[in-house]
Amino acid sequence: MKIDELQKKLLASARSKPPSDHVPYAFEQRVMAHLRSQSRTDKWTLWSVALWRAAASCIAIMLLTGIWVYFAADSNTSGDPLAVALENTVLASLDSAGDSW
Amino acid sequence: MELTDRELIAAVLKGETEGFEALVKKYQNRIFAMARRYARRESEVEDIVQEVFIKAFQKLDSYRAEAPFEHWLMRLSVRTCYDFLRNHQRNRESAFTDMTDQETDWLERFAVDPDTAVETADAARDLVERVLCQLPPAARLILTLLEIEGRSIKEISELTGWSISLVKIRAFRARAAMRKCLAKMTVEKYM
Repeated sequence: MKIDELQKKLLASARSKPPSDHVPYAFEQRVMAHLRSQSRTDKWTLWSVALWRAAASCIAIMLLTGIWVYFAADSNTSGDPLAVALENTVLASLDSAGDSW
Repeated sequence: MELTDRELIAAVLKGETEGFEALVKKYQNRIFAMARRYARRESEVEDIVQEVFIKAFQKLDSYRAEAPFEHWLMRLSVRTCYDFLRNHQRNRESAFTDMTDQETDWLERFAVDPDTAVETADAARDLVERVLCQLPPAARLILTLLEIEGRSIKEISELTGWSISLVKIRAFRARAAMRKCLAKMTVEKYM
């Protein structure tokens, strides 16, 4: 079979009848209703997207901090443990206030 | 008095959403005809056209009015149809064994005497649709625009956003892919 000729003939057949441009009844109203509903929900969608992004970034920061603390504690075994260092820092102002009395 | 596209777009951008309905009414026939070249099911066609208009509404502020609105909308439509083809690449590996009797008859008539197989027959159109469905999305898009709609390489480049040389390369590959597909079809049918 002549493939080139078959190809030409089939493409000519596709050219011979353009597809219908029929539009379903009230299609434009369907599009407009969709756009209206979309604009109503948009504010809430934006807000929820913002919240999800904030949550994701908070989790990422938490994980990074956790990893950093874990490795910092490992490499600093000779000094004070982190908990003691944190307590000293937080209570430093109270200690100095007690000294002045 | 009927408002021009530019006036309607300006009104929509100012917040008068209702102005967009006139644009939808004006262009929906053309977009429906285009979408029917890529999707067979009417529900899919409607989804494509709806997506085109929703994207047009959302991106309306990016329309620069350097070219007619119709050109901008056609570019958006072609890209939406291409996305549809890429997302619905199902059945591409299916064989030609489920061809209808009419399609088989047409093919047999062509094999015996190519002149007796009329290209206006419905069977030929179904057959070409079947073959186009087997092609990769880019090949189907380019064959439709170039060979079926008769657009120029430059027009296709503008519609798709591909460079002229890329369009030429893809057109060459698409024709080759179609020939390969036809060869496979005839082998499956007659061997």
